[in-house]
Amino acid sequence: MNAAHTPQAAFDPGAAAGRATDAILRDTLHGTHRGVVVDSPPGAGKSTLVVRAALELADAGRPLMVIAQTNAQVDDLVVRLAEKNPDLPVGRLHSSDSDPYDKALDDLTNVRKSAKAAELAGLDVVISTAAKWAHVKVDEPWRHAIVDEAYQMRSDALLAVAGLFERALFVGDPGQLDPFSIVGAEQWAGLSYDPSASAVTTLLAHNPELPQHRLPVSWRLPASAAPLVSAAFYPYTPFRSGTGHGDRRLAFAVPSDGSGPDRVLDEAAESGWGLLELPARHTPRTDPEAVRAVAMVVRRMLDRGGAATSERGPDPTPLTADRIAVGTAHRDQAAAVRAALAELGVADVTVDTANRLQGREFDVTVVLHPLSGRPDATAFHLETGRLCVLASRHRHACVVVCRAGVTDLLDDHPSTEPVQLGVTVKFPDGWEANHAVLSHLAEHRVAWRT
Amino acid sequence: MSLIGTLARLEAVSTGRAQPGATVRHRHLSERPLVLVPLTTAGEAGAPLGALVGDDRDAPRLLVVPQPRDRDLRFAFLAELADVVLPFIDSYAATVEAAERAEIDPETGKRVKVEVELCADAPQLIVPSRAGIDFVRLLGRSMRFRRTAEQDPETPHPAPPRVPLLGRWFTHYGERARVPGSALLLALTDVLSRHWATGQSTLEDQHLGALLAWIDPPDGVSGAEAALRAELARDAKGQLLWPPAGPATDPAFDNKLLAPAIENYNRARTALAAAEDGESADDRLRELTAAEREIRVLVESRTRPTWDAVWRGLDLLRTLPEGTHAGDRWTRDRWSFTGHRDRVTAGEPPQPRRDDAVTAANKLATREREQARLEAQEALDDPLVMAGRRLSGEAFAGEVTDVVMTYSEGKRPSPRPLVTVRTDDRPQLGERVKVYRSLGGKPQAAEFVGYEDDPGAEGSVIVLRVVDKMGRGKEPEAGSVPEKGDLVCFTLFEHEQRGGAKLPDADQTPWTHGGPPGEGAATATPEPDRVTEEDVL
Repeated sequence: MNAAHTPQAAFDPGAAAGRATDAILRDTLHGTHRGVVVDSPPGAGKSTLVVRAALELADAGRPLMVIAQTNAQVDDLVVRLAEKNPDLPVGRLHSSDSDPYDKALDDLTNVRKSAKAAELAGLDVVISTAAKWAHVKVDEPWRHAIVDEAYQMRSDALLAVAGLFERALFVGDPGQLDPFSIVGAEQWAGLSYDPSASAVTTLLAHNPELPQHRLPVSWRLPASAAPLVSAAFYPYTPFRSGTGHGDRRLAFAVPSDGSGPDRVLDEAAESGWGLLELPARHTPRTDPEAVRAVAMVVRRMLDRGGAATSERGPDPTPLTADRIAVGTAHRDQAAAVRAALAELGVADVTVDTANRLQGREFDVTVVLHPLSGRPDATAFHLETGRLCVLASRHRHACVVVCRAGVTDLLDDHPSTEPVQLGVTVKFPDGWEANHAVLSHLAEHRVAWRT
Repeated sequence: MSLIGTLARLEAVSTGRAQPGATVRHRHLSERPLVLVPLTTAGEAGAPLGALVGDDRDAPRLLVVPQPRDRDLRFAFLAELADVVLPFIDSYAATVEAAERAEIDPETGKRVKVEVELCADAPQLIVPSRAGIDFVRLLGRSMRFRRTAEQDPETPHPAPPRVPLLGRWFTHYGERARVPGSALLLALTDVLSRHWATGQSTLEDQHLGALLAWIDPPDGVSGAEAALRAELARDAKGQLLWPPAGPATDPAFDNKLLAPAIENYNRARTALAAAEDGESADDRLRELTAAEREIRVLVESRTRPTWDAVWRGLDLLRTLPEGTHAGDRWTRDRWSFTGHRDRVTAGEPPQPRRDDAVTAANKLATREREQARLEAQEALDDPLVMAGRRLSGEAFAGEVTDVVMTYSEGKRPSPRPLVTVRTDDRPQLGERVKVYRSLGGKPQAAEFVGYEDDPGAEGSVIVLRVVDKMGRGKEPEAGSVPEKGDLVCFTLFEHEQRGGAKLPDADQTPWTHGGPPGEGAATATPEPDRVTEEDVL
């Protein structure tokens, strides 16, 4: 029986998530294996799990190191740990650059910050990035480690730090962007320790017996989005939304003026998805019309006084600029959108590439489709993780801005990447996932001009 | 492709000539490179058909395998190739200069300077195309594990004495060619298309004849026409006038000329073996020699045009002055060459079949660092490359319109001058983004403070805060801060690359990566695939 097919009434998301978490903590604290792997779909409470596991390991008196991938992730974890347990002695190991950590950490009394691991010795939990940990030398390895965003960590980064701990909990989202290298690494494709592969791929290739767990409920994605994201990007490991169809509502105070942006906003508020389709055309990457359309959608969203109601409280919260994000594939596209937003007088809206939006959460996202206006579909633009990140950052609704004709483009460009012997084929491939998302979006299509 | 690259290609189409992609030469070229134009046998991976090789453009050495499937003839070819290549390599190995290298002292664990030898120059190997580099790598792999009769008297097919050594050198050159910016082994098509943008696709640029036709077309002919002719023109016998640069050959040549000639050779050889008396053996040997000569003529006719084209391409490249940093990168190549020379001298075994986890990770880290270094250095060496980075928002150039002195807070205030730059470029600057300019060859960092509204000014006005390279005093050292009216160019990318963290030694490979590699596991021959039912029809 497929879990996705059991009736809604029989499914208690809180209980299911609780059971999964208990099993993970049991294996982590009392298991015999050196590693535990946890796959977490978008918004399934990965950070909550990391914080809880860290607290329990610290409680059990096991010195713990935490390895995250970026400084922002490290700072976020430190803040969350301090929120849960302000008395826990936490070390924040940082680089010796200027401004190495978030200034908010200075207000936390039990957080010690240092660029030298020796000065943090003896603290219950020490947190840093994989890049910084790679420079640390110890005589005695840590009893335990937690590796956060392990699917975004490269195998060679794990190689550099794996000598620091005896056993570890690896947590991550297999559906997001794979790590990449700026030079070719085909030479090592198919080797179990291919340095450009993800840390989890290498770990499991060498230790296939490690227990693997999965968080079954996405608390972020609304009921309108979870089935699509689950089916398109996690076909063999389905998950559910933690909320039902009536639990989240998005409404606008100002009625639609009948324009494309307004109609697509209404569609997205109603159904959770909206596709604003511009006429087909081959364009440069920073397609000025599409960029303006993205900016207009954001401008109208703010002008129309959006309000979001969710399971977090009975009253609607206003949809403010900081709850909105724009996602693009390339950095120059993000820069162009930022400039267009500035021209329309919009500030404080997060505009970034898929790579940088990983792990973040917003009420509404506006996405410039990676294939919009392109004459070709390269592996970069087809990458499953890129679309998955862009389509799974929202709590309420996602508006996609795209030129018409992407379906034909996909049909003209089936995946042609060479098959490498010994490399596990990842499912679904980007081509398949793109088609799945587009066919769903087609039901929520609004043309730019009537 | 970058925007400026696309523009250059469009311009090449409209003008009918390749457009410059660089104003300086970004790869070191040796005074005396060894050029190798290899040919391979169709359908037989790793079976060389012949080669032209040498460092004198007027006197290449022709090596031919008259029957490529004959293992002994193949070995004879490789032995001859070793006789050309190894003395060339040795001629560089002996001349050394003293250099210093930082090493970790095994007793104290501290970094100490050690005096070591560095070869004063390194032998450079040029092949016509990227496929040629793959072929060098393939030859290296096929030779380096061979055993000579001296090494192992029991070996069933002993290799000629110097062949395994040539395999190790070819393997080293093939691996080094994967490092961005290296010049030990260059594919001429790659180097040419780095310096010129043609009006054809990058795939077509891999045809040496067509590429040269765009860069230097004959008088009165457009690049497009000349390139088309280079690709397609055939003589009365249906043979290409400009044969492909190899190692693969044209099928028309294989079928119409080569196959009959090899068959002829086979017949002559069988006849010689069957000769019954001395007189008929003499006649038949004459026939065999004639048949062999015919194949030699054929191979030379297919390699000589490419040979001449390679030297013409080198002449074209030499018209560009060498970029400042190309010399630095060549020094790294010399280190690489010296390192391998030392490993060979020390009697170390050949490079393993597969890299272990630590070696693979180290190689990847080095190549990523070299790639970033190469991109930065090419831009710093070459205003045309920098223009491309400026066009894509990764750099900006402009005039300093104002400098205001400010100081950092703290016990010892340091200078933090605010520099205002007016530019027509549109850099992708965000809050507190760091930018760098070259100051006496060293990068000076500044922080983006903000844009200034200046209604009268064209373009944008950018305010930066310079943060380093101004000396230790309270007042900045003379010349370390831009002055009003200076023309400056800042980049958003770093100029120098930091070294990565040190990885564990191979015998300390952690459990996540399978633990330390077993004794000899890397060099052991893997089991052949089992024969399945599908294998037998």
